[in-house]
Amino acid sequence: MSAPPVARTRRRRPAWLPYLPYLIPGAVGFVLIIGYPLVTNVYISLFSWPGGLAPLEWVGFDNYVALWGDSAFWTSFRNSVAMILAMVVVPTLIGLLLAAVLFDYLGRRFGARVASVLRATYYLPQILPVAVAGVLWNWILNSQTGALNVILRGLGVENPPNWLGDPATAMPSVMLVLIWVQIGYPVVIFMAALQRVDPELYEAAELDGAGWWRRFRAITVPQIRPETFVVTLTSTVAALKVFGPIYVLTRGGPESSTLVPSYYSYLNFFDKSRVGYGSAVATVLTVVIIAVAAVILVLQARAERREEAGR
Amino acid sequence: MVTDTRSTTEVVPTTPAATGVHPRRRRRRGAARWFVLAAAVVVALAMLAPFVIMVLNAVKSPADYAQNGPLSLPGSLYLDGIVTFWQRVDFPVKLWNSFFIAGVVAVLGCLISLLNAYAIGIGKVRGRLWIVMLFLLANMLPQEALIYPLFDMARQVGLTNSQWSVIIIFTVVQSAFGTYLLASVLGTFPPALLEAAALDGAGRWRILWQVVYPIVRPTLGVLMIFFFIWTWNEFFIPLVMLTTNDTQTIPIALASLQGDRMMDAPTTNAGALISLLPALIFFLLFQRTLTRGVTAGAVK
Repeated sequence: MSAPPVARTRRRRPAWLPYLPYLIPGAVGFVLIIGYPLVTNVYISLFSWPGGLAPLEWVGFDNYVALWGDSAFWTSFRNSVAMILAMVVVPTLIGLLLAAVLFDYLGRRFGARVASVLRATYYLPQILPVAVAGVLWNWILNSQTGALNVILRGLGVENPPNWLGDPATAMPSVMLVLIWVQIGYPVVIFMAALQRVDPELYEAAELDGAGWWRRFRAITVPQIRPETFVVTLTSTVAALKVFGPIYVLTRGGPESSTLVPSYYSYLNFFDKSRVGYGSAVATVLTVVIIAVAAVILVLQARAERREEAGR
Repeated sequence: MVTDTRSTTEVVPTTPAATGVHPRRRRRRGAARWFVLAAAVVVALAMLAPFVIMVLNAVKSPADYAQNGPLSLPGSLYLDGIVTFWQRVDFPVKLWNSFFIAGVVAVLGCLISLLNAYAIGIGKVRGRLWIVMLFLLANMLPQEALIYPLFDMARQVGLTNSQWSVIIIFTVVQSAFGTYLLASVLGTFPPALLEAAALDGAGRWRILWQVVYPIVRPTLGVLMIFFFIWTWNEFFIPLVMLTTNDTQTIPIALASLQGDRMMDAPTTNAGALISLLPALIFFLLFQRTLTRGVTAGAVK
């Protein structure tokens, strides 16, 4: 009964106003740690600056013009495509298949326990610190003393490849490591997603005589589309940002064959003392990430709308 | 849901119409399922192989390795690799550094996430959609676009090579994700509870801690585990900010030993093994909460 007058007084002073102070710690942190550095980074990219206490020298957009003609810069972004292949496309496809097989086939025939043990195994590399995974693989793939080549020589291979040291094999090797690291993520998310699919859908399809593959395409894939978008978005962003594995496995080499944008900007910051140039690389990377994320989000919204219209 | 372990048919027993309809097809599938299981197990073994090789060679002497290769069982237990790595990186110090940084970030990150989410999800402050978008954006930014200014700021305020610089940075970065997640959780908070508390004369501060906090505590727990593991595994910012042995974290210490002459096969593997143990133990302890948490992030 007393609700209407309360609502009227609230209209004068918005009810949300007293909650603003709760945002202060978060807002201060955000401005200090994200906002200010981000703007400063763009600002620095307009200067030539060796870093530290040296003076900044205004060069306008020269750094960006130089980027345009810098083959290493283009190589790094081309390699980002390989990263997306290794961290998004392959793991998502394999993960989808594995999750569906575990949930809908093996889980039913051999019990939920078998499925969850397999799932945990696939997820194991995900809990490794990337640096640890990188150091381990770096040793396994080492041309002289590494486990893989010792095994290959034992099998009679005369000159096993120098996996990470040869420009021809370095990128495929890095990609394999990343696939190994990444697969558990979509498997776990997709299996959780399948939990909320109505089992009656599958039962009805089975009674209609639909085989496993038909059910996979007609029920599993469309039903877990929201999760597929989440996985695609988060791992695409991660693939564009990837740094740790590259640093530990190859440092961008040999001959820039595994150079990625984040490592290229790091190199300019802390190795070549070209801070302005590094900032320009980082700025371009930021813009690319935001653009790619925006495209994925728009596609998702469109797919949802189409689905609603189809109903 | 799918707990029916023994039934060879795909059909749930409650639909008798289907049993006995395709006996031949069922038998053929009975064999097929073993192939599918075998394929899934092969994939699992491929995932495990690097771990197995690591464990085998962490306790194998270099002579044994040279003679019998990476796949043999160690002839005798060789602990020099572990000892060398332990002393070389001063492991207890690194362990404490990692633990301290990740622990403080987990707690502070959750606190700030909760405060932000309280204002956004329950206070419904104006422009909340934009605020959440901004936080999400912050989570997507490449750390390279922040690092040099941050590095410079740390120097100006005397936090060069200080763990607090890393703690402050990750508290903000992680709470950006936490705010997004918690705000959507609190957006559906039952209004009746809030109204009842307000009628009892509780202020906003008391409502937060005595009504909201107890209810979202499980979610906060998941968030805290996430923040801890993510911060524990972080590489780039600690690599740049922590420059000396006494401040570095485990991943940085391990990576910085690469190419060192001391790093023979057993030392490398022992280092990797010891370095992943804390994460593994943590994972096993909280596995249930974690699987629930991974899901929480996926459901919008």
